[in-house]
Amino acid sequence: MSLPDRRCALLPALALVVLTAACGGGSEDADATAADTIPVAASDDSCDVEATELAAGTHEFEVTNGGSKVTEFYVYAEGDRVMAEVENIAPGLSRPLLVELPAGQYEAACKPGMIGDGIRSPLTVTGESTQLSEDESLARAAQDYQRYVQSQTTALTEQTTAFVEAVKAGDIERAKALFPVARTYWERIEPVAEIFGDLDPRIDGREGDQAEGEDFTGYHRIEKALWETGDVSDMGPYADQLLTDVEEIVALANETTLDPLQLANGAKALLDEVATGKITGEEDRYSHTDLWDFAANLEGSQAAVQALRPYLEEADPDLVAEIDERFASTEAELEKHRSGDGWLLHDQLSQEQLKALSDSVTALTESVSQVAAVVADR
Amino acid sequence: MSTQQDSAQPEQQPPAGVSRRRLFGWLGAGTAGVLAAGATGGLIGRSTLETASSSGPGPDDAVEFTGRHQAGIVTPAQDHLHFVAFDVATDSRADLVEMLKAWTGAARRMTAGRDAGPVGAVDGEQYAPPDDTGEAIGLPASGLTLTIGFGPTLFAAADGIDRFGLAARRPAPLTALPSFAGDQIDPAISGGDLCIQACANDPQVAVHAVRNLVRLGAGVVSVRWSQLGFGRTSSTSTGQATPRNLFGFKDGTNNLKAENSAALERFVWVGTGDSGADWLAGGSYLVTRRIRMLVWPWDTSSLDEQERTIGRTKGDGAPLGQRREFDPVDFTRQTDGEFAIPETSHVFLANPANSGTAILRRGYSFVDGSDGLGRLDAGLFFIAYQRDPATGFVQVQKNLRLDTMSEYIRHTSSAVFACPPGVQGDGDWWGRSLFEG
Repeated sequence: MSLPDRRCALLPALALVVLTAACGGGSEDADATAADTIPVAASDDSCDVEATELAAGTHEFEVTNGGSKVTEFYVYAEGDRVMAEVENIAPGLSRPLLVELPAGQYEAACKPGMIGDGIRSPLTVTGESTQLSEDESLARAAQDYQRYVQSQTTALTEQTTAFVEAVKAGDIERAKALFPVARTYWERIEPVAEIFGDLDPRIDGREGDQAEGEDFTGYHRIEKALWETGDVSDMGPYADQLLTDVEEIVALANETTLDPLQLANGAKALLDEVATGKITGEEDRYSHTDLWDFAANLEGSQAAVQALRPYLEEADPDLVAEIDERFASTEAELEKHRSGDGWLLHDQLSQEQLKALSDSVTALTESVSQVAAVVADR
Repeated sequence: MSTQQDSAQPEQQPPAGVSRRRLFGWLGAGTAGVLAAGATGGLIGRSTLETASSSGPGPDDAVEFTGRHQAGIVTPAQDHLHFVAFDVATDSRADLVEMLKAWTGAARRMTAGRDAGPVGAVDGEQYAPPDDTGEAIGLPASGLTLTIGFGPTLFAAADGIDRFGLAARRPAPLTALPSFAGDQIDPAISGGDLCIQACANDPQVAVHAVRNLVRLGAGVVSVRWSQLGFGRTSSTSTGQATPRNLFGFKDGTNNLKAENSAALERFVWVGTGDSGADWLAGGSYLVTRRIRMLVWPWDTSSLDEQERTIGRTKGDGAPLGQRREFDPVDFTRQTDGEFAIPETSHVFLANPANSGTAILRRGYSFVDGSDGLGRLDAGLFFIAYQRDPATGFVQVQKNLRLDTMSEYIRHTSSAVFACPPGVQGDGDWWGRSLFEG
């Protein structure tokens, strides 16, 4: 693929502050207006985007899920840099996605079942482009990532609500099925969540991590009941508390813009999560659904790094190439453990398979750990 | 650390603050090192300084990294070992070569007592991960040697695939060792595509070196297994006193020694007419065996039983029937109508006179915790260098089939590697003769 031009019209620095979706960003409620509406017909095994060539500018995609699985729709620039995304499109539903695309090569992708590389098709955007300054690139990275966080938090709230309802209704099977799905949205953006002091441990703490006098609460408390005893009759208060805590953290996260250094460190922190919690099977010790979290951490890390991509490509193109290669090889290693629309359970993997995953994450972490200094150099 | 190397490698010239040895100054290797060590009293309490050539640098000093042969083979054995075997995780020959070059640069620096990376543990950017892990800050070079070896699986994987286009360059002797009577080999801690032997007089320096090489290898190699050793069990120089292994006996009295260059040429170094000599001449084959010692039955056996098992006295290490350690081993000598050295003793069977060959031993004691049954998991991490494994370790080991010592030991891991000749000059790197030759 040729290098896409990811830059948009040169904007006065002040305008960047108030701009949310007018340049390289997508949002469902942006002020910008689209030149057209491009239907996307998504199903369980197809993703028909009506246009393959677009003029540079703002476009609206209307994604209709005609399949039987929940789907997602992404517009990627090179390196799977997320230009815009819409999450959690239930079967039968349509969702709009507004995105401003500078000239370049992109890919549109539907992700039925919400995992994997998705069904992709090329998207060529022609027209003029202007180069952003380094400062503008970094400001854009922070905005792009904030948009990503907002789309994840929307889905996180929706899926956690569904999970909590299933728990309270005593629907064990449905709750078990929703558990790794709701957590996917959590794990993608955990570096943001971790900023907010005691909320993260309340939502995602593991048994034994609590201070004396603190209760064991959150996803893992309910996970334990679902998988260990199969009895969630006393989980109602924990379920309610989980949703309250998630809504609170979502509100805080949506108001937060990470600076570029936080983005870089967050990308590395997510990989550390994989190395210390997921490969070891510590995270989901009752359900063993650690590979869902693994995939989500990896996606979240990639989203944070790729938001910085336009800047990094100028500052350290060799590092970008190495990061691309190592994300790809980690994804390929993980992909070996796909099982239908989900992943094999942690305890179904051999030591050798876990070692191969660990090796690829170790290499990726070495590369991603170099990003912060490149950003700080600015 | 030779000043020649420093001046010829400007990119490695550290700012004054980078040297870990700031407190120790720039002690030279070779003659200068001996003088310096003498001046600082570095050798007090150690072996006698019989000759300058055999004593080498003091325990804190740097050992020259470059040379015709790799350091760490005939270098007087240091006190501590960290050995690590790797699998190559990539199919990219270019990535492997790039890593070997990076390793060579780090090895040059670390063996000179400097940080692993050109920047250093604490002199880099605040937001960048340091290019050295830092645990050797303030420590001297400590005689660190780093020795690399290439395993048979580098040349062709177990499935026969030639990942790096090296199959045609595999020397005939570089094949997995045969199995021997009584072997209890665990494949998970055996073999490997590459190995690094790190020896130093400070265990932290050896561990630091391995850790930083492992880190540099991320994405290219993966640690397959590793082994710590805490006490040398062989002397490889006449200037060293013979140490004891965990059986409590002196070990390596009759070892090949650095000073016996004719024997080294014959038994240790790959010669110019040998298989694979185009890249391996001046190198050597490395065999490792993790030998667990069953110390509980050993410790409860009588002194007589122990001495007859080994073939030497426990106190002085003299051959049975003789009085002093270095008295000649005399297999004809009789005591009370019986051969003084039993024909099933380790000395009888392993002695060059009876095995018909010689190897350079360089092993270390280990204690890897306990075995869950209340017993120490202890033993000898055996390391031997030879010109050809078939006429070296394999021949010796086959001869040990009737060794009564077998009752007290179990071989639990096995590996063989071809160690290339030494890195020579500033542009050279580990494995260049193999990959570019």
